[in-house]
Amino acid sequence: MNAVSSKYSRKDTGWRLFLKTIIARAYPRVIGQQREISWVLFEVVMPMLAVCSYVFVYRALKAPEEYIGFVVMGGAMTAFWMNVLWSMSSQLYWEKETGNLALYIMAPNSMMAILLGMALGGMVATAMRAVAVTVFGTLMFAVEFEVTSYLQLFAVFMLAMIALYGLGMMMASAFLLFGREAWHMANLAQEPIFLASGFYFPIKSLPFWVAAGASIIPLTLGMDAMRQLVFPSGFRLGFLDVRTEIIILAILSVVFVAVSKFLLAYVEKLAVREGRITESRR
Amino acid sequence: MQNSTSWRSFRMAAWLGWLIESNWTDPFLFAVYSIVKPLSGAAILVVMYGIITQGNFQSALFPYIYLGNAFYIYVGAVMTGVSWAVVDDREHYKTLKYMYIAPIYIPVYLLGRGAARFITGSIAVIITILTGVLFLKVPLQVAEIDWLLFSVTLFVGIVMLAMLGLLLAGVTLTTARHEGFIGEATAATLYIFSGAVFPLDVLPNWLRPIGYFMPTTYWLELLRRSLVGNVAQAFPTLSNFSNMQILGILLGLSLFFGIVSLQVFKVCDRIARERGMIDRTTNY
Repeated sequence: MNAVSSKYSRKDTGWRLFLKTIIARAYPRVIGQQREISWVLFEVVMPMLAVCSYVFVYRALKAPEEYIGFVVMGGAMTAFWMNVLWSMSSQLYWEKETGNLALYIMAPNSMMAILLGMALGGMVATAMRAVAVTVFGTLMFAVEFEVTSYLQLFAVFMLAMIALYGLGMMMASAFLLFGREAWHMANLAQEPIFLASGFYFPIKSLPFWVAAGASIIPLTLGMDAMRQLVFPSGFRLGFLDVRTEIIILAILSVVFVAVSKFLLAYVEKLAVREGRITESRR
Repeated sequence: MQNSTSWRSFRMAAWLGWLIESNWTDPFLFAVYSIVKPLSGAAILVVMYGIITQGNFQSALFPYIYLGNAFYIYVGAVMTGVSWAVVDDREHYKTLKYMYIAPIYIPVYLLGRGAARFITGSIAVIITILTGVLFLKVPLQVAEIDWLLFSVTLFVGIVMLAMLGLLLAGVTLTTARHEGFIGEATAATLYIFSGAVFPLDVLPNWLRPIGYFMPTTYWLELLRRSLVGNVAQAFPTLSNFSNMQILGILLGLSLFFGIVSLQVFKVCDRIARERGMIDRTTNY
């Protein structure tokens, strides 16, 4: 009787359970990933290699120096896209492959809280890698920053992250239905997005409607706004006004997070009905 | 007997690799996947080039960058393909131990898996080059191509890449948790040091010797020269060398890396067997 009433057997429900689930799922992302030092090393080195390649291409073309800064920023932001792609979108697929997904669904917690935990943990852990890429890139290639508004910069970054991870949560639901094609789909969403979102060049260089279409990826407008705010010539190469980009990012944030909730509920029901929760098609 | 075992190992591995690479979806999506990914990679460079030169695609630097990037697809496909087979079979399909006890020759089996990636890589290379010729005016004249030099260079290069892949496969055998990164990191490093998309002269002085030691540098240079001779020879990096001299260096370095790769694989294979790593899964 004592054991039942002790603090260890207390049942958390409602928002307390929701919050605890978020923290529990974020924990391995923030703490666990840092324990695998070789992974941290690779996740910093890999974007740095891409940054070096594109910087040398610009140097071979004798490009103005601000383009080097654009590449360094793009390289840092690739860490977030890769995290969303491989550790958010594909995550429920991996969990299915390793047999954890059924446990998630059986447990008396919200799947939305699990996704939020994954997003929060992924965001924090990836931010550390992105900072490392920015610092190394800045030191190696002598990039100069000139921030015009720290407040706007903070707002753009946070909104871009919320919208991006909201998109990741939406995609996670879709990936839940994938089998062997999940890996290829995630792989396919790398280079085309690097191109369309202007990771290594100003998005303004693309035709207007292409850039407008690519703005559905939050990093497109996020990077464009940040480039305008941190580089002296950024405003000249900006796609839209920073204020407009902030408003669009805010709308995307709300829409993506809200849609992900409905999509997750729908897809989970569909996956349960069609028996896809425990299937493993290798 | 050894010959037939090797040939069977290679043939079946190549067929298995092709099925794994291609039958995960319907042919339409597979075609889209095969076309969109390499073209997007090339398009990033084209846009960067176009912005800075304001659309001057007549410069000799453009075919240098474009063709270098197109043929570099083989590095990612063949070299990484051979080493990735270890990760795929051990961690994903959990069949590597069965391959080890089957009457096949493991290094040849792994090379066969790379052959499948060579086919998918070739599709990407051909599409990328055709797009460049048709839409971006890459100055490729069929009548002016040195086909003999091109064929010999391509063959030597593919064998060299496959052997480098075997070296990485050996390292992968003895590695846990981060083996997936090994091939990608090596390919990304070679991209910088091979002068794939910029002449080696752009690198800082102290880094250039690494590029001169890499067989991929000479391989890409010869491929460019065989396709667009006068354009490729405009860059100072290897302009003092004749085609035959570069081919000689490529052969010498390929032989050197081939021998090193076989030895490294042999040592790593023994270590992996001794330490029980052949069937180890880490769920990463």
